[in-house]
Amino acid sequence: MAIQTHFDKELSDLKEILLTMASHAEAAVKNAIEALTNRDYDLAQRVREDDTVIDKFELEVDEMAIHLLAKAPLASNLRLIMVATKISQNLERVGDEASKISNRARDLAQEAPLKLTLDIPRMSNLVLQMLKGALDAFVNQDPTAARALIPRDKEVDALNKQIYRDLSNQMMQDPETITRCLNLMIVAKSLERIGDHATNVAEEVVYLCEAQDIRHTGKGSSAALQTEMEHKRAV
Amino acid sequence: MAETTLPKITVALATQPAGTPTSLIEVQDLSLSYGAAQALKSISLGIGEKVVTAFIGPSGCGKSTLLRCFNRMNDLIDNVRIQGSVKIAQQDIYSQEVDVIELRKRVGMVFQKSNPFPKSIFENVAYGLRLQGITRNSQLAAAVEESLRQAALWEEVKDRLHTSGLGLSGGQQQRLCIARAIAIKPEIILMDEPASALDPIATTRVEELILDLKKDYTIVIVTHNMQQAARISDFTAFFYLGELVEYGTTSKIFTNPAKKQTEDYVTGRFG
Repeated sequence: MAIQTHFDKELSDLKEILLTMASHAEAAVKNAIEALTNRDYDLAQRVREDDTVIDKFELEVDEMAIHLLAKAPLASNLRLIMVATKISQNLERVGDEASKISNRARDLAQEAPLKLTLDIPRMSNLVLQMLKGALDAFVNQDPTAARALIPRDKEVDALNKQIYRDLSNQMMQDPETITRCLNLMIVAKSLERIGDHATNVAEEVVYLCEAQDIRHTGKGSSAALQTEMEHKRAV
Repeated sequence: MAETTLPKITVALATQPAGTPTSLIEVQDLSLSYGAAQALKSISLGIGEKVVTAFIGPSGCGKSTLLRCFNRMNDLIDNVRIQGSVKIAQQDIYSQEVDVIELRKRVGMVFQKSNPFPKSIFENVAYGLRLQGITRNSQLAAAVEESLRQAALWEEVKDRLHTSGLGLSGGQQQRLCIARAIAIKPEIILMDEPASALDPIATTRVEELILDLKKDYTIVIVTHNMQQAARISDFTAFFYLGELVEYGTTSKIFTNPAKKQTEDYVTGRFG
């Protein structure tokens, strides 16, 4: 029969803080994109200011984690604490990327809009879905959902490359737009990084649930994993 | 001094976790009852040579009973019935031709409560050697020094070897008992919660000693302290209600146990 210990309560507090942090990080990305799309200078400014809140959460998660590690937890408890520190680090970086996007949004809002159709809205939807999916997988402890997210990072990378090409062409055709194009390139790169962080979170969820480290194994695809294992056996 | 070199086993048992070097102790289908109460239920496992194996589980799970089967300490208890087999180096230790005294020379034991004899430090360690018929002082002195050095106690007691062993601190007494156990060169050392009555510093010393000793000895330790098992053992077996629930590398048991019962126990959720 399972008993609820004080330690269990502290672990659930840790998860609670992490989830609050996650909702701030998700909101930061959403707001940064909204500021960019709507050319909303004030909203962009707010995203930058709110980043300090996310930074504080990272410190709080680490402080709780070290307090809990000192109690020498084992098995899934040990994995949860380790994973919590890694997820919080990724979320803090997501916050930083949202800040970078809002900095660019603020600059772009002060210039004339660029008459150019880019895949940035599609890319931002995709990374937001990935981020939300990874965090849902953490909440539901669902490694299958986490694994399913990982290959989507390739779509994000492909969109980033496409946007890079489109903006390069634009700059060659109209050097007047170079500053704005460079700002948009930075936005796309930040979105691409957010996709990477969502992938990292998904990988941590797999480790939390299955105790299997799938990092650097071809992004968790089963074929890549198989090859990796065969390689290890051969060595 | 009588050498007791046991033959090496090259065949690994199916019940042995992957990675165990070679199996020295083989337990097959072992059941034990104290009167009507069954303490061990059909246990099978293989214990590797020159590794530290930890037995964990709640009180009454049978871990100490199993440990005591390895040097037939349970023979001393009335009303015990044992079925199945325990082989050490392929020899069934419960067969009639086995000399129990000889067996206990090969399989030493250290208990929860240190129990030095009311004799000098020197005589505590020399005791087993004298029983083996060694009388030459130089030989005894060399063996006592070697054992005390191996037990990491020599530097602390070399100037007072002829004072009472009972005058040592709890941690020193426990290391003296370990020195006494290793003086007769056993193959296996059984430890039943050897550090549970010690303070953290003495515990660290005993744990360090166990890690040093495993290059020469096969060590099986019963402990309630899971962090201790995590620190010093290579393999861990989890017992519950007389059954072996899970047996594997310590790293696997403490980071990703396969069975829910093990997970619940090591995370402290066992009610």
